[in-house]
Amino acid sequence: MEAKKPKQQQKSKSKTSRNKNLEFSVITYIFLLLFICLMGYFVYFQVVKSEKFINSPYNSLQDLFSKNVVRGEIRSDDGYVLAKTDVAADGTETRSYPYSNVFAHAVGYSVNGKAGLENQMNFSLLRSHEFFLEQIVNDLRDQKNIGDNVVTTLNYTLQQTAYDALGSYDGAVIVMEPETGRILAMVSKPDYDPNTIAENWESVSGDGSTALFNRATQGSYAPGSTFKILTTLEYYRENPDTYMNYSFDCDGEFTDSGKTIHCAGNEAHGKEDLLSSFANSCNSSYANIALTLDLDKYNDLCNSLLFNRQLPISFESSVSSFSLSSSDPRSQIMETGIGQGNTLVSPLHMCMIASTICNNGTLMTPYLVDHTESYKGVTVDTYSPKEYGTLLSSDEASFMQSYMQEAAASGTAGKLAGQSYTAYGKTGTAQVSDTSDQTNAWFVGYAHKDGQKDIAIAVVVEDSGYGVRYAVPIAQQVFAAYFQ
Amino acid sequence: MLHLVTQASKYLMILLFMVYTFECFHVFRFENRPKRQMAIYSRQRGIMYFIHFDAFLVIYLNTQNVQVIGFYLMQLILFIGIQLVYHLFYKKASELLLNNMLMLLAISLVILTRISFDKALKQFLIMIVSTVLSLLIPIILQKMTSFRRFTWAYALVGIAALSVVLVAGAVSYGAKLSISIAGISIQPSEFVKILYVFFIASMLYQATDMKQLLITSVIAAVHVLILVASKDLGSALLYFVTYLVMIYVATRRLAYFAGGLAACSLAAVAGYKLFSHVRVRVLAWKDPLSMIDKEGYQISQSLFAIGTGGWFGMGLCQGLPNKIPVVAQDFIFSAISEELGGIFALCLIMVCVSCFFMFLNIAMQMKDQFYKLVALGLGTVYAFQVFLTIGGVTKFIPSTGVTLPLVSYGGSSLLSTMILFGIIQGLYIMKSQQAIQPVTKNAEQKAKAKKPAKKKGEEKINGSKKTKAAAKVKVKDLSK
Repeated sequence: MEAKKPKQQQKSKSKTSRNKNLEFSVITYIFLLLFICLMGYFVYFQVVKSEKFINSPYNSLQDLFSKNVVRGEIRSDDGYVLAKTDVAADGTETRSYPYSNVFAHAVGYSVNGKAGLENQMNFSLLRSHEFFLEQIVNDLRDQKNIGDNVVTTLNYTLQQTAYDALGSYDGAVIVMEPETGRILAMVSKPDYDPNTIAENWESVSGDGSTALFNRATQGSYAPGSTFKILTTLEYYRENPDTYMNYSFDCDGEFTDSGKTIHCAGNEAHGKEDLLSSFANSCNSSYANIALTLDLDKYNDLCNSLLFNRQLPISFESSVSSFSLSSSDPRSQIMETGIGQGNTLVSPLHMCMIASTICNNGTLMTPYLVDHTESYKGVTVDTYSPKEYGTLLSSDEASFMQSYMQEAAASGTAGKLAGQSYTAYGKTGTAQVSDTSDQTNAWFVGYAHKDGQKDIAIAVVVEDSGYGVRYAVPIAQQVFAAYFQ
Repeated sequence: MLHLVTQASKYLMILLFMVYTFECFHVFRFENRPKRQMAIYSRQRGIMYFIHFDAFLVIYLNTQNVQVIGFYLMQLILFIGIQLVYHLFYKKASELLLNNMLMLLAISLVILTRISFDKALKQFLIMIVSTVLSLLIPIILQKMTSFRRFTWAYALVGIAALSVVLVAGAVSYGAKLSISIAGISIQPSEFVKILYVFFIASMLYQATDMKQLLITSVIAAVHVLILVASKDLGSALLYFVTYLVMIYVATRRLAYFAGGLAACSLAAVAGYKLFSHVRVRVLAWKDPLSMIDKEGYQISQSLFAIGTGGWFGMGLCQGLPNKIPVVAQDFIFSAISEELGGIFALCLIMVCVSCFFMFLNIAMQMKDQFYKLVALGLGTVYAFQVFLTIGGVTKFIPSTGVTLPLVSYGGSSLLSTMILFGIIQGLYIMKSQQAIQPVTKNAEQKAKAKKPAKKKGEEKINGSKKTKAAAKVKVKDLSK
């Protein structure tokens, strides 16, 4: 009786009373609408947005799950177990990493604050999608459920090859599939053994040690001559019809406003066009080119290729920096043009640029996890390739492809010629600073073979020497392992 | 085993609460079958008592705190007591509203006990006091007919109380909300909002000419501006929206409502441009994770809780609700969603909506314009406050720091909401008593006529204007 619904009431009373209550109904419906929106948002949050918050490393609720779940395994794409939890008879759990140092930075560790995939995929590893009846039985027996496994995009063979090829040098190697964005290998040295990291924490994380630092994604290096890819692209953009008429006579050095830029080993390259300048990696010619560029547009190009912004990857990564303004001295413009100056990049970023060129101008968002599955192998979540955006026109991409092919066929990266695959790339030898003789060797490029997916690579070998000599052979070994 | 009981209870409570919530709306299908309705209401109460029991069982098993058992029994006595008083003395009160109130109180005590036993105990003591007060209200409403004459007293007391907070209030989270009297912290804006509704209602029930509107608006603006000056933006917004709704309904002009909302938006934009603390709040709302060290911390923790809890929750005592700052007050909804589950939380929203329907229902049924406006105003206050707090903690809208009525920890909030529910129940009782004589006569007449005949009669009334007018006159005569 007392609980009358507005509608019902309207029926039982005369029409005037409905008109009298019209405004009350309007208010009722407005609030009803507000609440429907609120509940709709709540559902949307739970279904779509909550993942970002659940997976946040700040979310301390994640670790509560380890009370009832045995942490799942991390596997390579080709089926190798990279991390697993061993449960002893008395119930003590030990996290073990069968390939110890090889996957250290990619897989990470799950003690002392977590890193790598152990950090990024923490929540999935601690969730169990066992069959629910099995979970109830486990509960009754007071046994833990078994957490889900994370299957990565990492390829064991490539990772091991890259790890061995880098040898005793510090540096980084990162390999990805341009067509999908899958990261196939990620090596950083110096490294650490995740099996013993808790015991060795002091020495690994202490002063003077950079072993925890993932150079592949967080490293900030001067790009050296690999940056000529960007300088060349900018020159092409500004001179789309006349770039082929460019010519320069190289006598081994180039001087402007009192600053002299030397070619590697002061080698005189003689008469060059743009293509041979690129293939020879001629510093003099590029210092000359840099001075002709429109600096605003140069900045625009670099910004559109993800300089000065967070890279689209869920891994910890550094922001690459590039800036030039008309108030900078001409010497700095010349240095920047050949990849010295204030420019800093991460190997991941250079690999993404090579990948964009290879994939005809479209960057695929790099990712490391293929899918998660229950311990019985039932797929829980699948991560599919996502397009990040078109950073270069297909014309610019194919122009750069031909230049990088030339450099790998007859230029500085000529060692890669005559293989079963076609290589494209650019070497670099970057001076660490004006005051030291230390140089880092670089190679950035990709390789193609019919019938297989292309792969892009970036290699940095710290404190070594010429890119041709130290970085190219590593790329060569990785390509060989991949295309064998 | 403990884990299993906790988890099984979790699903059971969700299921039962879904049934309860469904009945809140389903019961209206049986408008003409009071027996059927009574059966539904008593089933709802059964569910309420079971959820209350199950939750405390889980809390006891997880904490092994014997005090919890005694506390549970005390609560049980209170709930049964409230129910008995209503059934003995207030037979005409709304059963659904009574059930919803008990359900919300039970949920409040469950989650507060889980968060902090001491807080729950304190809240329970205030609940007893509030219950006694709110049970008296229907009688007072019946005996005193002069509520509409205190217009200026409402305004004066209200403005004075808010001013005291502005001048001497304690600052918490950047806003001045409360004053301390004899060691007890009181939040006057919680009580003033009831006076405020009574003030507007008593101004507008008699006349809605320009002069009357202007005076009302000025006094309302004084309230709102004092709250803005105290930086209590949530309450300021609540007061403003209540004013708009009441003006719109009393004048029946949508233009006032739309104009007010437009002015409100402009004020919001101006506030954003002028005040840095507003800007910071909006930024923290847009991307809380990027500001997690400071401004975004609270909302991030809230979203961790809601997100990680998921649809089914972590189970009582299985989460970390205390990670969220002021979880017992403003963020109680997040704790509920975290441990009892997203589905449970959605049902909770719908129970609040059901309460709001009952407020507006009585507003429409009352004949006296003063009480119509009072019920409308209180309904708006209630619904908008629920919307502000839940919208805030789920990041639907920027957080404004208001409590969830009946559920949040806090004496002022609980007492004022209990008074509010008491007033509405008083109106239900008043309504049924006013209608008793004519209605029984009507009912007799109707009972004589057979059902199909009655339907025909209704159609006729709707069909011809003249008969309708005649019928209206008849009804009026009867009510005299």
